[in-house]
Amino acid sequence: MTEEQIAIIKALQEGIAICEEPFDEAAKKAGVSAERVIEQIRMWCEDGVIRRFGAIIRHRRAGFVANAMAVWDVPDDCIETFADAAASHQEVSHCYQRPRFEGFPYNIYTMIHGRKKEDCEHIANEISEKTGITNFRLLYTAAEHKKTSPLYFLHTQSMEGGE
Amino acid sequence: MSMDSIDRRLLNIIQEDFPLSRKPFDAIGEMLGITGEEALKRTQSLAETGIIRRIGAIFDSKRLGYVSTLAAAKVPEDKIRKTVEVINSYPEVTHNYERDFEYNLWFTIICESSERMENIIEEIKAKTGISDMRSLPAERTFKIKVEFEF
Repeated sequence: MTEEQIAIIKALQEGIAICEEPFDEAAKKAGVSAERVIEQIRMWCEDGVIRRFGAIIRHRRAGFVANAMAVWDVPDDCIETFADAAASHQEVSHCYQRPRFEGFPYNIYTMIHGRKKEDCEHIANEISEKTGITNFRLLYTAAEHKKTSPLYFLHTQSMEGGE
Repeated sequence: MSMDSIDRRLLNIIQEDFPLSRKPFDAIGEMLGITGEEALKRTQSLAETGIIRRIGAIFDSKRLGYVSTLAAAKVPEDKIRKTVEVINSYPEVTHNYERDFEYNLWFTIICESSERMENIIEEIKAKTGISDMRSLPAERTFKIKVEFEF
């Protein structure tokens, strides 16, 4: 990353201003032109450094109040088939493989979002029926203690402020 | 919260196809058949009511050279509040959820190096006295897609 790119990341990561010319605002913070910011976002979107550029929704406010982390015990040779089946559900936002540990045989994690608990159960049951994986658990969110966006290059000096 | 069909279409557009142009709300207005000014006003009020958390870039942390993990901790009921406080004090901790399970606190760390990550976990253990804490970094990522269809 160049110094200029780090300045652009820092100007973007807490979100753009919701105003008529948001990229001009970000550009001012980064000390570059708005065209440069827009061009850089485009390039990063293309090569995957930015996964997505757009609005991030508070899904609880939008009615998706039931959120379950479903954990699954999937044999190694079925993992890809299982992940495909799970990921095909729109309500499944994340799907990861993580290490098992003592007393916890589950190795696949899926986040499921629904308007009510039964929706999550229904989706988990569907995935289970489709894949034949029956050893799983739904861990519902009891409290959300923190939810923020990551902040990158906090300790990196950059030419912020257009110096 | 009352959303009409224009709000719902607007939310879909700004999640998936946020226009990368100098005046993005003019472009959004055009797609919706409303003025740019109205598109901006509607977006502002969806942000004020809290449905929109922010508009910005979601970076692939790995591509920026960062490492991440999900940690699970088994915390006695009477220690939860204190433990949450300690965990949340780290800016590298982005999510911290309580779940109905014996491992009842689940939090994510995104930071600059594996050394820093190990230090954070060791520090949390030392400060809270919670020893049953596991770091479960993703071995493979199959899906990350957090857009919601309205």
